[in-house]
Amino acid sequence: MSVSVRIPTILRTYTDGAAEVTADPGEGATLADLLETLDKSYPGLKGRVLDDAGNLRRFVNVYVGDEDVRFAEGLATPTPAGASVSVIPAVAGGC
Amino acid sequence: MTLLNAPAPSATAFGNAVALSCRECGTRFELGAAYACEECFGPLEVLYDVPRLTRERIESGPQSIWRYRDLLPVPADVAAHPGLQPGWTKLVKADNLARELGVRSLWVKDDSGNPTHSFKDRVVAVALSAARQLGFTTVGCASTGNLANAVAAAAARAGLRSVVFVPSNLEAGKTVTTAVYGGTLVAVEGNYDDVNRLCSEVAGDQPWGFVNINLRPYYAEGSKTVGYEVAEQLGWHLPEQVVAPVASGSLLTKVDKGFTELGKAGLVEPTPYKVFGAQATGCSPVAQAFRAGADIVKPVRPDTIAKSLAIGNPADGPYALDVVRRTGGAIADVSDEEVVEGIRQLARTEGIFAETAGGVTLAVAKKLLAEGLLDPDAETVLLNTGDGLKTLDAVAPVVGPTATIAPSYDAFQKAGLA
Ligand SMILES: Cc1ncc(COP(=O)(O)O)c(C=O)c1O
Ligand SMILES: [Zn+2]
Repeated sequence: MSVSVRIPTILRTYTDGAAEVTADPGEGATLADLLETLDKSYPGLKGRVLDDAGNLRRFVNVYVGDEDVRFAEGLATPTPAGASVSVIPAVAGGC
Repeated sequence: MTLLNAPAPSATAFGNAVALSCRECGTRFELGAAYACEECFGPLEVLYDVPRLTRERIESGPQSIWRYRDLLPVPADVAAHPGLQPGWTKLVKADNLARELGVRSLWVKDDSGNPTHSFKDRVVAVALSAARQLGFTTVGCASTGNLANAVAAAAARAGLRSVVFVPSNLEAGKTVTTAVYGGTLVAVEGNYDDVNRLCSEVAGDQPWGFVNINLRPYYAEGSKTVGYEVAEQLGWHLPEQVVAPVASGSLLTKVDKGFTELGKAGLVEPTPYKVFGAQATGCSPVAQAFRAGADIVKPVRPDTIAKSLAIGNPADGPYALDVVRRTGGAIADVSDEEVVEGIRQLARTEGIFAETAGGVTLAVAKKLLAEGLLDPDAETVLLNTGDGLKTLDAVAPVVGPTATIAPSYDAFQKAGLA
């Protein structure tokens, strides 16, 4: 089973407009592995989510299931088979 | 209308605004329903080509935020459209409070006087103008309550459909004052950050204008008007210190932008000012980052009575930090008990009943004074951004009748009230 990933509007140019894609990063994979795998199918995607130093960009939120990965282990957060991952721009904060 | 030495503002949909620009990398985008940079995810903000402005032109405008329409992304005829006309709220000279705090000159900018009783009417008015120009017929938001009120009311007035998402544990006052306007109100079983996430996903797939998501660059500009008004009401000069509540950090950031723009436009002397931020300890990610000297704001899970400020993952947190550091201010936080005491003190001294956010602001101001960070001799403005009637629960347990007596003069005398 693979991992499903929700893609924000601004990154859909990399996914041919798809709002959701799947990837199979393998057993024991982490978010970092998942991004590597995604980048093979959708070249350039990883470089949008990560900065030049390879860290998550300041204004992107990534959720594995309901958990913001910054509350978990960041890029080392496990992305087990069947997980659903969301990538969301962090600039929405109205209250 | 007299327009001295200035070309007429262009009659375009977004007034003098010319583009959106990424705050992180500077990439420019066309004016539209965009909010995040395609290169780096940075937030987009509105860029302008502002003609020479005069105080006279502004002063001759309506007594609402639209007096500053030349500095906002709105068409020149914005005031002619059905809207709630927010803004131009009172700047209260708070002498009684000043005496208690030992501050020489103190004002409270009382935004509870807006149509739906919070500063959110300002941001919504600008966002709905953009929605209209962009052709959206449904507007929405993720909200901790005040924004929900403002969107539901303004949409009703403008004849737009509204779909508003709030955490299901919202104060009753905020639920009722949103639902009454007849829009769609969705209570989400989660905290604000969960609601925000859901709305980001909905906004990606529905042709709706979410005021704090795809309309965010326009929305955020509305907060500048607080800064403009404070300066104009002080007789066209900048206060030396201002204390603002912080949730997403947008208001604080834009008050600074407003002050800076007035200086650049020659409408005020560009004198130095310090911006201070206020959070409740139960949700104080920006204050914590400030104390730690960090540039990144680590998200937290909120737990405070100040629900309108309960954003654990503040989008403009890093920029709020930049502003307070650049101006020599600070961001501090206070306990819920101090928040309640802040609400009571403002009510007792100045007759202003603030919601929890106002209690946070006053309590933080006291703390900053005690710590020597706020200067008691400098002109100080506290921003009260919302109305206490919406958060009665916060003070209901600690205030009540002085005495309960039988309806007789005898009972009155016995109660020792004379
Ligand atoms: C009454 C009140 N004050 C202040 C704020 C904070 O605004 P910002 O998100 O711009 O920091 C909010 C946000 O909802 C609010 O409702
Ligand atoms: Zn950018």
